Amino acid sequence: MWLNQFLVLSAVLFSIGVYGVLARRNGVLVLMSIELILNAVNINLVAFGSYVQTVVGEVFALFVITVAAAEVGVGLAILLLLYRNRRSVDIHDVDMMKG
Amino acid sequence: MSPSVDWAALLPQIFLGGGSLVMLTLGTLVRKRAPWWLPNVLGIGLTLAAFGSVVWQWVRVQDPSRGAFSTIAGTVQIDGFAVFLSGVVVIAALLALVFAPFSIRRAGLPPEEFSVLLLLSAAGGVTLASANDLIVLFLGLEVLSIAAYVLAALDLRRAGSQEAGLKYFVLGAFASAFFLYGAALIYGAAGSTKLDSVAAALAAGAGSNARGMLLAGFALLLVGLFFKVAAVPFHAWTPDVYEGAPSPAVAYMAAGVKAAGFAALLRLFAGTFSASSADWRPAVAVVAVITVLAGSALGVISGDVRRLLAYSSIGHAGFILVGLESAGANGTSASLLYLGVYAFMALGSFAVVMVMGRDASGSQPLAAYDGLARRSPWLALGFTLLLLAQAGLPFTTGFWAKFEVIGAAVQSRTYWLAAVSMLGAVVAAFVYLRLVVRMYLVRPGADGDALASQKSGVGLADDSRSGDEDSDSRPPVAVPRSVGFVVAVCAAVTLFFGVWPAPLLNLAGDATLAVLGG
Amino acid sequence: MALAELIWVVPLAPLVGVAALTLFGRRLGEPRSGQLATAAVGISFAASLVVLGGLLSLDGHERSVVVKLFSWVPIGDFSADLGFLVDPLSVTMILFITGVSALIHVYSIAYMHGDENYPRFFLYLNLFVFSMLLLVLGDNLLVTFLGWEGVGACSYLLISFWYGEEANAVAGKKAFITNRVGDFGFLLAMFFAFGAYGTLSYAGILEGHAANSTATAILLCLMLGAAGKSAQFPLYVWLPDAMAGPTPVSALIHAATMVTSGVYLLVRFSPLLEESSPWLGDVITGVALATAALAATIALAASDIKKVLAYSTISQLGFMFAAVGAGAYTAAIFHMVTHAFFKALLFLAAGSVIHGMGGQQDIRRYGGLARLMPVTTLTFGVGWLAIAGVPPFSGFWSKDEILAGAWGYNKVIWALLLLAALLTALYMSRLMFLTFFGERRWNADEADPHESPRLMTIPLIALAALAATAGVLNLPFSHGVEFLGRWLEPSLGHHSAEPGFGGGTKWVLAAAAIVAAAAGLLAAWAIYLRGRVPPEKIERRVFARAWGYDDAVSNFVGGPGKGLFSALARFDASVVDGAVKQVAALPRRAGGLLRRVQNGLVRRYALALAAGAVALMIYFLVRAGL
Repeated sequence: MWLNQFLVLSAVLFSIGVYGVLARRNGVLVLMSIELILNAVNINLVAFGSYVQTVVGEVFALFVITVAAAEVGVGLAILLLLYRNRRSVDIHDVDMMKG
Repeated sequence: MSPSVDWAALLPQIFLGGGSLVMLTLGTLVRKRAPWWLPNVLGIGLTLAAFGSVVWQWVRVQDPSRGAFSTIAGTVQIDGFAVFLSGVVVIAALLALVFAPFSIRRAGLPPEEFSVLLLLSAAGGVTLASANDLIVLFLGLEVLSIAAYVLAALDLRRAGSQEAGLKYFVLGAFASAFFLYGAALIYGAAGSTKLDSVAAALAAGAGSNARGMLLAGFALLLVGLFFKVAAVPFHAWTPDVYEGAPSPAVAYMAAGVKAAGFAALLRLFAGTFSASSADWRPAVAVVAVITVLAGSALGVISGDVRRLLAYSSIGHAGFILVGLESAGANGTSASLLYLGVYAFMALGSFAVVMVMGRDASGSQPLAAYDGLARRSPWLALGFTLLLLAQAGLPFTTGFWAKFEVIGAAVQSRTYWLAAVSMLGAVVAAFVYLRLVVRMYLVRPGADGDALASQKSGVGLADDSRSGDEDSDSRPPVAVPRSVGFVVAVCAAVTLFFGVWPAPLLNLAGDATLAVLGG
Repeated sequence: MALAELIWVVPLAPLVGVAALTLFGRRLGEPRSGQLATAAVGISFAASLVVLGGLLSLDGHERSVVVKLFSWVPIGDFSADLGFLVDPLSVTMILFITGVSALIHVYSIAYMHGDENYPRFFLYLNLFVFSMLLLVLGDNLLVTFLGWEGVGACSYLLISFWYGEEANAVAGKKAFITNRVGDFGFLLAMFFAFGAYGTLSYAGILEGHAANSTATAILLCLMLGAAGKSAQFPLYVWLPDAMAGPTPVSALIHAATMVTSGVYLLVRFSPLLEESSPWLGDVITGVALATAALAATIALAASDIKKVLAYSTISQLGFMFAAVGAGAYTAAIFHMVTHAFFKALLFLAAGSVIHGMGGQQDIRRYGGLARLMPVTTLTFGVGWLAIAGVPPFSGFWSKDEILAGAWGYNKVIWALLLLAALLTALYMSRLMFLTFFGERRWNADEADPHESPRLMTIPLIALAALAATAGVLNLPFSHGVEFLGRWLEPSLGHHSAEPGFGGGTKWVLAAAAIVAAAAGLLAAWAIYLRGRVPPEKIERRVFARAWGYDDAVSNFVGGPGKGLFSALARFDASVVDGAVKQVAALPRRAGGLLRRVQNGLVRRYALALAAGAVALMIYFLVRAGL
């Protein structure tokens, strides 16, 4: 059962990523944690693709990589904007609106 | 061997996505700065063209001799459902573009970026509505969302807008990651990303040896999509983003992004996964109830109009989920009807909210509406109509939307869900009444919120009024023609189809979901 | 047949009035907009008479005509038509609704004189009449619901009509909120009925078959709806506050028409009520008795003339509900009609008094008006005798029939209703004596009581004539003179309970009712007129005596009387009112709790999201059997 190893690896990476999003204050690290989750997804996709013997999984993974790049681009731009204003990328400083 | 492409099926995407890319390219190539209105007019033209092609698609799909069809090797499915929701998304983008000039002039939104991002996001929404493959679904979702993140942060100079963008982005990317993980699990369990293959595999019992993976996939897909449609407890971003983001963007989000999110939710769960509806229905039912009740309850205590409308949009999402929960053709068409009529209510309401402006702290307290009926009677009338429709009063489209959704729940024998969502509707009526009362019954300068002052528990007893009676020195609200037009159109649609709902109900009834297209 | 199909004219006329007043109201100005509205309702009344004639020309079993205007919501297996059900029950309703409305419109032309929003008032009145007609004429629950919401909205608008006045705005909101609770019941009933019968039309539901438990659930929800609209315990709290609106509104909406729509709805469903669980009748009579008795005692202690009448309305509605619960549907409708006459009369006469007294509504500030306002006094007197149940005035006959129905159902209920009837006679006589007789407790420089203009007194006289004679509609002497009973039979099926006792018992029951009424009158005379202090003695003592009205009451009731009454008043103010407030405050509390999640921090939001994800994951994995 060689598939399980990849699934476990992916689940661990996913959990680390979720933990990172929840625990990190630094915006850049939060972004990286989200990247970690996406890479967990990629491992899954490639493993499944190889398991069911179609190329769809690998293609999906390529799309995920592309979109992730775009997402990080936007994310960094927003963080940069924040940094210019506040001289900090601590996302937990941002709580002007609430209630 | 390349798959055949029916380009006509992709016309809306071509107009919206292709058009926006051309605009972006030209914008960087042309040295001379274009006049502020040019991108806006171009955007309106492109959305109109997209709308035209959607209408054309509708005619083609409804033609019994042709019917629903799929293209690009079956990854894009054009059926009544897809065309209806594409129409909603395109109308949302169109009306948001129509009343955006006010914000562009007043708040200094970059006009070109606004148009381009809105068109891109709408292209993503249309793709999402017609996707028939998990990969296409994911692409549509991301194009829709990434553009929306930037739209939220577009009012660069205002800290609130930055904050809205940041929150929307971080949480949205987080939720998208869940969605993706779910999609991967579904792929693993069913062996394909094509939705019709997945449905066929499910019906054939393919998931049975990997049932845990399949159901975990359901859970994660639901997380990602519940986030997009702002269902509780995945809703927390909504009020902050709606408060901070520029109003035309918010109007588009409430109407268009929500419709696109539901497109994915309905397509996947009411369509592809309908064979295992016994598994997901209880989860959707619980989330629907929590969403309806929490949306109403949070709306009652809200002191800012934008946040109030955000909570109300959460409550509406709950009602639409009630339609999804009934897992049948009736429920789906009820949800579609709800999405269609809510789009107009949301667009009109946020247009009004936009002209009412922000105070120094960037918010819009309820008191801004005190005595509006005297200052700007037509604006107040239009807003009242839209609010009453959201409350679900008869003779408005909102009534029929709620009626159909709850009727679907009753028909699928989920009586408790019908009863609890009715209760939510009753509570929610307070929320809207508060604003209406302020517009008509409270004179400016009064400091108590007429219906919700803290002092008297329910606030029935005091409208403490200070200052002299007729000192309404505030000038009438200046309503530019574009905004007046949008509010009038939305109010007219809401009222006309409220009195005569048959065509609208037929339209939503015809927007069927073809699961196994060919 | 052909004549009955003219039914569409009945609601159309006020609708045209609404349209005309919306467009040209302001241009028409003061008297003409009122005249236009009155004419619209008049046409409606005339058309109702024509429809009545058309229906009378048919045989009894054919007297149920469904007139479909158009198919309104035709979707798949669900369809609802905009259709009217013309049968004896609905025609009875539209006759008294349009008739009483027309008189009240005439009265309002004078009463609203000089109001800055004069045309708007008539616009609302016409809109109300239209909605009310829709409510009673609808051939399915959906049309009825539209009317139901419409009358609620008009009630809200009209209570808050003088919205410069704070109390009015607050009262309007209270009415709106309590009615929403009732609407909730109505909507639930509608959906359950649709789920169980697959249709919303009355014919389909009443002829359809469903499980007994489903029928019971539908009826319970309808009862909640009816209790909200018809101000039954514990949802009656809005009605006394609704008196803040103009007096003709109180007469039309909060006495004669809208508040009876709950009774109408239950009577409409009487065949279903007969077939469902028998304990439903006990629930209805129980609620009705609590309402009738509680409201009657509060009326005894109230001092605002309109509040007394409002509590009296609640109490009388309790009588009607008791009749429905006891299965005496004819009696319920009969009392509804006579009540519409005499309560509208009482309100309009009270309006005339208030008009003459320059806005004063406190009966402790009235007294001795009989000589100054003869027409008002005379007509109010007729209303007083009618509601008190003095033969041969109309109220006696209808109340007697309810009592007879109650006797056949349950003797304890009969006894309690008789007590409530006695209290009715007592508080109404108190109102009569304190207002029109005895010393003058007002200063000549405060008020200049005078008779009201002709336009106000003519409707009073017409209503007084009706209130005096409407008893002939349904005389108990033989089946031949029970006109209303025979007329309504097709609508009620053969279910309307026939008291299962001989003629002798009937006479004894009637005698008991007369004795109760007489006892109430005599007691009031003893308390409020005998032992009166001459006005020239000391005004202060007079005021003190008038203000110490509950001392007199407690002397009458004996020892614990005062405590009892003030306890009841407190119960009303704190428990019932408070409960309504608490329920209304619940969402606010829940919202406050939820708001804590909303603390603005991305981390908290992500945590909520992740928690939701974990919950969904656990559910699905348990579901998968892992």
